[in-house]
Amino acid sequence: MTSMGNTTFEIVINTIKLLAVFLLMVQAVPILVWLERRGSAFIQNRFGPNRVGPLGLVQLLADAVKFLTKEDFAPEKGNRIMFYMAPVFALIPAAVAYAAIPMSVPLKVGDYTFLIQGYEINVGIVFILGISSLAAYTILMAGWGSGSKFSLMGALRASAQIISYELALGLSIVGIILLYGTFNLTEMIHAQQGIYHFSAFGYTVAASWLPNWGIFYQPLGMILFFSATFAESNRLPFDLAEGEAELVAGFHTEYGGFKMLMFFIGEYGHMMIASGLMATFFFGGYSIWNFTPQEVYNWCYGLVGSEQIANVMNVVLHFLSYNIKFAIFLWIFIHVRWTLPRFRYDQLMDLGWKTMLPWALGNTIVTAIVIFVTSYFVIS
Amino acid sequence: MPIGGVIFITLFIAAFGTSLIYLARWTGGKAKKTSQAKFDVYECGLPVEEKKDTKISVKFYLTAILFILFDIEIIFMYPWAVNFRHFLATGSGLLVFGSMMVFLLIFIFGLWWEIKSKALEWD
Repeated sequence: MTSMGNTTFEIVINTIKLLAVFLLMVQAVPILVWLERRGSAFIQNRFGPNRVGPLGLVQLLADAVKFLTKEDFAPEKGNRIMFYMAPVFALIPAAVAYAAIPMSVPLKVGDYTFLIQGYEINVGIVFILGISSLAAYTILMAGWGSGSKFSLMGALRASAQIISYELALGLSIVGIILLYGTFNLTEMIHAQQGIYHFSAFGYTVAASWLPNWGIFYQPLGMILFFSATFAESNRLPFDLAEGEAELVAGFHTEYGGFKMLMFFIGEYGHMMIASGLMATFFFGGYSIWNFTPQEVYNWCYGLVGSEQIANVMNVVLHFLSYNIKFAIFLWIFIHVRWTLPRFRYDQLMDLGWKTMLPWALGNTIVTAIVIFVTSYFVIS
Repeated sequence: MPIGGVIFITLFIAAFGTSLIYLARWTGGKAKKTSQAKFDVYECGLPVEEKKDTKISVKFYLTAILFILFDIEIIFMYPWAVNFRHFLATGSGLLVFGSMMVFLLIFIFGLWWEIKSKALEWD
């Protein structure tokens, strides 16, 4: 193959892959909305949507048709350009960041390695955190463009909340970076494969059955990170951005129809990023409990006896493993939303600045001290 | 870094979202002005008295400034965290560890001073 043909091939493959990741994200939203509404009904002893199609599964399709027949409205006194740009921009950070999360082991076809992720980025953590925090701008644009006081106050609260929890979010993963010494998500998953083991004072300690996941090294970091992502994606108990008791609906008071739906896709996209990152940082990403991909591949090879099919099976098994973890975190997001009440605003800011930030700082310092002491003093 | 992919997906989503908005406008039509109240911003039954230069509490600016300070300090820890084990392995661990602890002391002092001077009180 000539280099020109190779480049064209790469471009085509990557374009298809990026579109697939984006569609994967967008098509998950109706399922999640259905799950959220059915889940809330289940938690509150109601029925939820159960008329349209089996178990109400087609409800969201009916909603989409209804959104299409809504007349297009923009408030007269608002800034129209910002008002229309905000929902479009709400989609971008979620999808761009989600494409950087690895979803399965690379698929080798001949001498071509096909990565099961949108694109591999060496500084994946910094990239994802940076891109996903751009969501504050879309909220501010929506609030300012609506020209309504309720929207503006909701947007200001939301952006203040997002930037406050950004600190705890950024600091809570310094411990995990210290442990693995990389920004690359794939390398981080590689470091979490196999059985729980670490070396201290020159000795190597290994457990017999625990997986080598981040949560067993950084439990506090995991709790802080997960709580901060709730605030980042504006979910209850941190959804002061909406706060319908005091702000009507917050930054999307004036929105309706498809524009509203796009904000929803953005919000669920952020939930998906948070779940994917939780799985990647603390639960071994796509890796399967206690097994390395090589062991899984050997098992597949022994089962089918063909390298190509074993490769594909390996990828599918790891993809399933990733998606099970992913779905569990998404369900926790939904369950928490329908369990906890909302904070008061000053309590929210206090929790972010005076509780989570110091604890994250303490976590970083303790991790650094433990790593330093256990590897500096070698007892031989 | 695959900058082409990032640019491509950004432009694609922007085009996708814009076309969705145009599609919804085409199928639903432009809002017909049946009354002035329909085009006003939301209000609970009163006539709207909206000024665009709404005054905003100074606390939001203060929070934003403090965020920038602390965020830069946290980002400064990232390269240190990535290279920490490498430095330990090559023998300059004590220097790197000690200097970061000095930096963290300044960080903690900053946070303590900020809490003590009531910059984070919301009323």
